[in-house]
Amino acid sequence: MDAGLIGASVTVLFFLLFIAIVWWAYHKDNREKYEEAANLPFQEDNTSADRRHA
Amino acid sequence: MEATYNYKVVRQFAIMTVVWGIVGMLVGVIIAAQLIWPDITLQLPWLSFGRLRPLHTNAVIFAFGGCGLFAASLYVVQRTCQTRLISDGLAAFVFWGWQLIILSAAVSFVLGITSGKEYAELEWPIDLMIAVVWIAYAILYFGTIMKRKTSHIYVANWFFGAYIITITLLHVVNNIELPWILGGSTSLFGMFKSYPVYSGVQDAMVQWWYGHNAVGFFLTTAFLGMMYYFIPKQAGRPIFSYRLSIVHFWSLNFIYMWAGPHHLLYSALPDWAQSLGMVFSLMLIAPSWGGMMNGIMTLSGAWHKLRTDPILKFLITSLSFYGMSTFEGPMMSVKTVNALSHFTDWTIGHVHSGAMGWVAMVTIGSMYYLIPRLFGREEMWSTRLINVHFWWSTIGVVLYIASMWIAGVAEGLMWRATNADGTLTYSFAQVVNAIYPFYTIRLVGGVMFFLGMLLMAYNVWKTVAAGKAVNDAAIPQAVHA
Repeated sequence: MDAGLIGASVTVLFFLLFIAIVWWAYHKDNREKYEEAANLPFQEDNTSADRRHA
Repeated sequence: MEATYNYKVVRQFAIMTVVWGIVGMLVGVIIAAQLIWPDITLQLPWLSFGRLRPLHTNAVIFAFGGCGLFAASLYVVQRTCQTRLISDGLAAFVFWGWQLIILSAAVSFVLGITSGKEYAELEWPIDLMIAVVWIAYAILYFGTIMKRKTSHIYVANWFFGAYIITITLLHVVNNIELPWILGGSTSLFGMFKSYPVYSGVQDAMVQWWYGHNAVGFFLTTAFLGMMYYFIPKQAGRPIFSYRLSIVHFWSLNFIYMWAGPHHLLYSALPDWAQSLGMVFSLMLIAPSWGGMMNGIMTLSGAWHKLRTDPILKFLITSLSFYGMSTFEGPMMSVKTVNALSHFTDWTIGHVHSGAMGWVAMVTIGSMYYLIPRLFGREEMWSTRLINVHFWWSTIGVVLYIASMWIAGVAEGLMWRATNADGTLTYSFAQVVNAIYPFYTIRLVGGVMFFLGMLLMAYNVWKTVAAGKAVNDAAIPQAVHA
């Protein structure tokens, strides 16, 4: 395998990895989990004024 | 004890952020003045430009920015993991260790002790201290994440975590050096002198792999961690898109690692590596702007808060400067643009649009959020003064970067201008003469930014005086989403 082929393979591999990350992040099964996660900074407060649910 | 947060270390770092901000920016003002009046420091060798310049850069990046990041990360990790730091002793060690490093750095620079590597000028004894304190910080931080009571690790912690790991790697690899005393030096100066194990273009590449990732991970990733916590908190609404923040995280960190060679365009570095650096720098626009939009859009539906809340103004304006400088940076990495901009004051302007506009303003905003909470107050002593600080800073940054754009482009054009017979049209001194007025405008901008920090110090002083150190912030017991 020459350097060009390795370079091309690595590029394709990382591109596919990127697609996988986007798919994972935007998959509908994960929607609820991430909405909860987004509210993590607001779960800490006992005062309701500082709290907000999406 | 177990059911409270460790606010002490956060408080110590938050106060020192303001103190080192003032020191670092004052030194910046002095060296900006030296460029107009070279004899202003009475030709004392200890205060010469070559010694004060690394003192300025290290003080604002690692002392001011560093303390701000320690304060923010150690606060955020506790609050979002709903657990106390794993060790108060380790926290104290990190605080005092970091302060000792800063003092040693300041003394060594003034004495002229330097390794000569930009942003890594510290010599080997201090490099070793940094490695020890940094690893202690990593244990403190990740140990706290490991005993978290929440199931998910909030995204701000991902950014802080990436920063801690990467800085360890960058610092250690770039500072592999051989102390001169191993070679038998007995002079006092020789005790501190070291030489890198790398040489030639490899040394340059390692240095700028480090240097650009210091920008990418210290000055960007870590402050994005700040952004992902303090903007939602101050705006009172969750981040615009948590999903985007995940894509932001992975793509930004992956791409930043490869951008370093853009500091070595038209050098002895192989052409393919230069092109690689340029392409990755251009690609960086996407995750940078994705992150910026994510932060700014958090305010969607609540834009009116910007009118009345100067802390939000600081935070959102910092993102605007972040967007500007992450557009400018990739442009400057294009070889043909770099042929004009390299070695000119345009670079200085670009760095300050990032450092003052983005890093300092997001830090200042976050400290204004944090400090009253650490001292048991609802808000800072004077909100009006925060507003004044905001406008002085903003005008200061704009004067700074606009004057450096003009100076930089003028330098680039005048240096490359040639007569019909191939000789240079302008001598170096003629170019210096042409940019004097812009150096003066830059100084005015820098002084305004510095004075803003003094206002902040006064406001913090009054807030602390009216408040009481909080050491009993309770950790919520029941954790349900």
